[in-house]
Amino acid sequence: MSHFRIRIGFPEDKITEPIIYQIGHEFKVVTNIRKADVREKTGWVELELIGDSGEIEKAIESLRAKGVKVEPIERNIIE
Amino acid sequence: MNKKSAASDTLKQKIKGLKCRECGKLYPAVAMHVCEFCFGPLEVDYNYDEIKKIISRERIESGPKSLWRYADLLPVEGPPTVGLYAGFTPLIEAKNLGAELGLKKLYIKNDTVNHPTLSFKDRVVAIAITRAKELGFTAVACASTGNLANSVAAHAAEARLQCYVFIPGDLEAGKILGSLIYAPTVVAVNGNYDDVNRLCSEVAGEYNWAFVNINIRPYYAEGSKTLAFETVEQLGWKAPDHVVVPVASGSLLTKIWKGFNEFRMLGLIDSVTTKVNGAQAEGCSPVASAFKEGRDFIKPVKPKTIAKSIAIGNPADGYYALKAVRESKGSIDAVTDGETIEGIKLLARTEGIFAETAGGVTIAVLKKLAMKGLIPPDETVVAYITGNGLKTQEAVINAVGDVVRIDPSMDSFEKSLNIKEKNN
Repeated sequence: MSHFRIRIGFPEDKITEPIIYQIGHEFKVVTNIRKADVREKTGWVELELIGDSGEIEKAIESLRAKGVKVEPIERNIIE
Repeated sequence: MNKKSAASDTLKQKIKGLKCRECGKLYPAVAMHVCEFCFGPLEVDYNYDEIKKIISRERIESGPKSLWRYADLLPVEGPPTVGLYAGFTPLIEAKNLGAELGLKKLYIKNDTVNHPTLSFKDRVVAIAITRAKELGFTAVACASTGNLANSVAAHAAEARLQCYVFIPGDLEAGKILGSLIYAPTVVAVNGNYDDVNRLCSEVAGEYNWAFVNINIRPYYAEGSKTLAFETVEQLGWKAPDHVVVPVASGSLLTKIWKGFNEFRMLGLIDSVTTKVNGAQAEGCSPVASAFKEGRDFIKPVKPKTIAKSIAIGNPADGYYALKAVRESKGSIDAVTDGETIEGIKLLARTEGIFAETAGGVTIAVLKKLAMKGLIPPDETVVAYITGNGLKTQEAVINAVGDVVRIDPSMDSFEKSLNIKEKNN
């Protein structure tokens, strides 16, 4: 079982969509929110995805396809 | 008491553990970098009361001529085992460049000659790999397109550790030569930046390797403090009035500010009134933009600049760099690629130092700050030049003029150069 910590950034037009709920249903991943700040025009959520690494990767791909920005919690690590 | 536990006691005296920068939760001094509760970044938590009892200017001055003379303020348990010659690079009084910019007390901290791979990364990697060995790792890794990869590969070779370097699949062959020569395993990952970045984070979570800028980051980042320590010592135990620091992840600037303040807190210097200034390339300036717009958060950008070694679009420590600049009453500015090339040429022409593109950005921002009057002529300023120009020759290849081509005759020589002075 893998654990992967990510930060999701929501553009204004995606704020009202239940995206995190959706990926929990579409893939075999547990979503565990740790920190969030969602406002009228912008929002971000930091959470852990728990599951098989293949499922986690598919969930991240799906999040991106749904129009939100996804990055590891460390942000950019390629220096 | 056996040797191991004696060493552990020494560590306990110096380091309490790791501490979350956000919520303050404490952890043991192991290989971890993110708070399990709030996901905030972890930082080394020193036992300053104990350090204060032993540290002194004399103790530092009697140490080796490397960054290890500041070992009392570095997060390692025992004596250094890797990167013994990193740091203590020259602080050059830049009279010629100062005259051009109207600055009377300008200094260049010259990390273009850092040992062994000619960039400031040799500082952070020396600390990271020494600590990784102490923690029992047999493999080290990093994700990098340049200086970091070179340094990790070189130090891993010295330490006889397995080494994995991850690079984006489309990186030019020339860029990886400086790593491949040390015989690491270089993994070229196909995909866009986000995919490569995500995979490296995933790998770091799954394998028991010392990823120097991920799970070893709290120790790794502390190595940058030595740039501040050396500056103070080389200026005769005084902090400068201004510093100009290139900003990539933001860690370097943050740690230089921390280094000055640690010396003050420990009584090694009386005061710190240093204004910390950040330098970014316009094509990747998320921290400079936040500063300009008065924001306290960083908006990620897609980098587009020749200054690739500092092109980090979503910097891990951008928020903390912004905070350090504001606390110190400094500023952050950005320059174009054209100004960057002029900055590289200006430093080379006036001081005989060939810097990589990050150095060009730093010099160009220094010039801008001086012209704006933000750095007054009589105040002491130190510009940090963090990498060697031989690594980014492509950036200036079309901007350095050409040779004077002649036939093998004195006539051709004299006609071409038209030099007046001659014997007799």
